[in-house]
Parts: sequence; C-alpha cells; structure tokens
Amino acid sequence: MTEEKIAAAQSRCRQYRRRILEVSQRLTALHVAPAFSCLELIDCCYFELMQRDKEPKDTFLMSKGHGAMALYAVLEAAGIMSRVDMDSVCQPGSQIGGHPDHGLPGVEISSGSLGHGLPIAVGMARADLELGQPRTIYVLMGDGEMMEGSVWESLLLAPTLGIANIVAIIDHNKSIARGSIPINHPNLLPLAPKIAAFGWEVAEADGHSQAAIVGAIGSRSRTKPFALVAHTVKGKGVSYMENKPIWAYRSPNKDEFAQAMKELAGAGGAA
Amino acid sequence: MRDAFARGFCKAARQHGNFFLVVADISPAASLDDFRKEFPTRLVDVGVSESTMIGVAAGLALRGFRPFTYTIANFTIYRPFEQVRVDLCYQNLPVVLVGIGGGMSYSALGGTHHTIEDIAVMGCLPNMTILAPCDPLEVEAAVMAAAEQKGPVYLRVGKSGEPAITAQAPEPFEFGKLRRIADGGDAAIIGFGPILKLGVDAAARWQKETGKKAAIYSAHTMKPFDQAGAQALLRRHSKVITVEEHVGLGGLGSLVRLAAQESGSRTQITTLHLRDEFIHIYGSQDDLRAAHGITVETIYQALNG
Repeated sequence: MTEEKIAAAQSRCRQYRRRILEVSQRLTALHVAPAFSCLELIDCCYFELMQRDKEPKDTFLMSKGHGAMALYAVLEAAGIMSRVDMDSVCQPGSQIGGHPDHGLPGVEISSGSLGHGLPIAVGMARADLELGQPRTIYVLMGDGEMMEGSVWESLLLAPTLGIANIVAIIDHNKSIARGSIPINHPNLLPLAPKIAAFGWEVAEADGHSQAAIVGAIGSRSRTKPFALVAHTVKGKGVSYMENKPIWAYRSPNKDEFAQAMKELAGAGGAA
Repeated sequence: MRDAFARGFCKAARQHGNFFLVVADISPAASLDDFRKEFPTRLVDVGVSESTMIGVAAGLALRGFRPFTYTIANFTIYRPFEQVRVDLCYQNLPVVLVGIGGGMSYSALGGTHHTIEDIAVMGCLPNMTILAPCDPLEVEAAVMAAAEQKGPVYLRVGKSGEPAITAQAPEPFEFGKLRRIADGGDAAIIGFGPILKLGVDAAARWQKETGKKAAIYSAHTMKPFDQAGAQALLRRHSKVITVEEHVGLGGLGSLVRLAAQESGSRTQITTLHLRDEFIHIYGSQDDLRAAHGITVETIYQALNG
C-alpha cells in the first residue's frame, strides 16, 4: 500500500468511528467497542482486497454479528448502504438492527449468533468449486467466537474439501463479555498454531495497521484456506473505551461523546 | 422408504439440475449410487459435524444450489437446531432436511436415535415446511414437492421395509392437502408416516367384524397444515381418530382438535399419540408403539368407541 492510500484509509477509519458514535447518540445501547476493533479489517477488505466491480465478485461474511456497526459504516462509505439507512439503525420501524440481517444492502448472511459464518463460507466455497468461479470469501470472526464448536468443525472440513478461497479474519481483541480471554479462557490461546494444526495457512498481524493486514492477506499462498489472526484493541481509538468490557454494550453519554469526538478529530480527520 | 427417497431424489435431481447431497458421515442408501454416478461432484460428506452440515447447506443455497442434507432425523434437526433456525429458517433458504428413521424406526437403538418431537419442534419455526409421507410411494411424491418449495423443508421418512398403502388411493398426492387414501363413511382415521399402516389394518378389521367402513387420510404435509381440509373432514364424519408416532403436544392430534375448536365441530375425536415420556423399552418398532399404547387393537377400539 502507498503512503497516500494508507493515509486515506486511516482517515476513513477515523470517520467510521465518528459516524458510529453519532449513531450511538440516538440509542442507549449499541455495540460500539466491538465495532471499533474491526474497522480497519473490514475497510481493508472492501477498499483494498475484494474484487467488487466485476464478476465473479468476492464475498464478505460478517460472522461477528455484534460488530454490525463497523460493517454498516464501511458499507455506507462504499456506497452500498445509504446514509438514510445508516441513520435509521435500531430506530422504530427500521429494517436495520443491531445485528446484520440477510437481505439488507450488502449483508450476505444473518449473524448475531456466533459460529455461523464459517460453515456457511465453506458451503459457498464448495459451491464456487462446483461453479468454477474463482472468487474469495472473506469471513470476519471474533476471537471469542473461536470457542464455538461449529467453528472448529468447519476449520477441520475446509481443507478436506480442497477449499482454498476462504480468508478467515479473526478480530483478536482478547475481550469477551465476561472479561478477558487470557484470564478467563487461557487455553484458547495461542490461536494461530491451533488453526494451522487443522490444515490452514495462518498469519498474524496488527489488526489496526492497513499495511500489515493487506500485506499478510495479499501474500498468502492460495493453496489452502487462509486465516489471519489480527491483533486488535476493543474500543480502539477512544482512550476510555479501549479494553474496557462495559463498552461492549453501552452508548457514550453526552460528555463521553464529546470527548471521543475530540480524540477522533486527529490529523486529516476533519470530515 | 430410504430407497424410495433415493429414487425420487435422483429423478428430481435430473429434472432440477441444481441439487447437492450433504451428508454427515452416513452412507446414503445404496440406491443413491445412481446420483453419485450421474453427479459425482454433488455429494459432500462433512463428517460427524451436523452443525456444519446445515451451515454448508446454507452456503450452497446462497450460491443458488438446492442442497438436501441427509442423516438420521434426530441428528438432522436436534443437534444443529440453531443452525436450522438461523441459517435456514431466518434466512429462508431452500434446503431440504431429510430425516431418516423418523419416529421410532430405529427402535432398538434407543431414545437417542428416536425422533418423537420433531413435528412440534420444526413446526414452530417460521418459514419451515414439513412433509411426512406415509409409505414409499408418497416419499417419491414428497421429494418432488420438497424440491418445489422456496424455503426450508423438513422431510421425515422411515427407514426400510415399510409397506405401500397408497397404491389404490382415490386421491393423488397434493402438497398442502390432506389426502384420502381409502374411502369410508362411518369414521375417519388421519395419520402421518408409516404408523398409518396400523390404521389401515384396524379399518380392515372393523369392516370385517362390523361391516362399517373408515376413511383413511394421510396428513403428509404437516406444515402448512390443511386446516380447511381437516374442518371439511370433521363435517363429513361423526368420528375421527388421529394416529401419530409423535408426542401429543404440537402433533397432528393438537392440530385436528384446534381445527375442530375453531370451526365449532362436535365430531367425536380420539387422538392416539406417544406418551409424554422417554420409555426405556427395546424391541421392534411395533413393540415400542404398543408400549406407548398404539396398536391395531387400540385403534380398533377407538373405532368402536
């Protein structure tokens, strides 16, 4: 990635955070922090990695449904979801809620319950083999989601079926609803060797560095299904939210909102 | 019924051209060899991973295929229940869940292998269609009907050796309609699945011993249930008996009683269903049915009652 592209991506990501905070002010509870850890990851998929303008188009599956706001913000920036739709999230009568629903603009699968995206990706990839369509399926999962049995079933199955067109991205923010993975469920770690043991190619990267994300995914061998363990920070970008479990669920109050917007105003961020 | 499924499936696969068979470490009936030969790349074995079986089927459906998942009924719908609900019903995808060994077909294998609550469990899911044919002939028709649906379908079948009881049926199989498979004016027996054979035998004995004739109806489409058909039938008959290899709550008996209540019917209704109990008795399927109080004799008594 060029310096210019990286700067543009960083600017977009600051804007996503401001936009999500803006929407959060209309609601008492919204998954803000879980969205903030995966914004760079989703932005890289849509603006750097995916083939979106011609067939066969790549697919993005938001398996980590509680990161919905991150998906919507990127979809809005990509011109797939309208501003009106984004403004209506969770409002009475709106079709767009706190978790993604299949059928909304740009939303491929319904998620919110964890462990559903990867099995569906395997089915899509198997279909693509049958159709002879070389497209890539990106699946964004949470690291807590990696505790679901269906994830490991699918990790086991994908290489067996000869699938090489899945890129699973794990938003490894180390946080779960009741605390921290290293403290509460240390045996889930380290993730990378476990996934590799199931026959996948695995890389690790800083999940907030566009260059690192695109570099790692772009240099995969394409001979096996690929997983990126992306090290991230829950609540990234807002000092008081970073790694604080309470922000998994709540929206900031007026003062907190003002402070967050100030922190996110940063260089090149005035949009 | 497994072989009938295979025949119907191959026939429908040729017609539709977009089928996949997704199995979870089960050898499909030998008669599915034809499908394997004709569509060698359309069979996926996911291993002992039923949740993934449903997810994979959802992914295939999202790409335009019509997958049929195939394993023993309890593994098809109970283990991956949430995948069935979210991936298939919530997203309304055209996946056919084939449940082999519905009811207590695997009688001697015990309660883990019985599926006696499936109509209730699948029936309460929005978008789900349920087909429960009564004999091998209806299985073939049900596969064809399943392949026409726009959303998910649960197809409950038995295993092997079920007798044909619809060869002389006065009415054809029609999706969503109660089907009269034998005429009679003195009572009506309604059932789904192969247990309906006990009703056929009880009606034959009733006719022989009393000269009275019972009509027999196959409720092969359990959802959407033919409520209007049930109400018409209740108007025609003064005595109706339901027979099912399923618990009472959420089964056929409940639906018929609801239809009666909503139409103000005063027809005498007897509902024969499995007890609300896991029984720990082994033996043949008929032995287990008898342990639950369903035999040719008890249906016969209901006809006389």
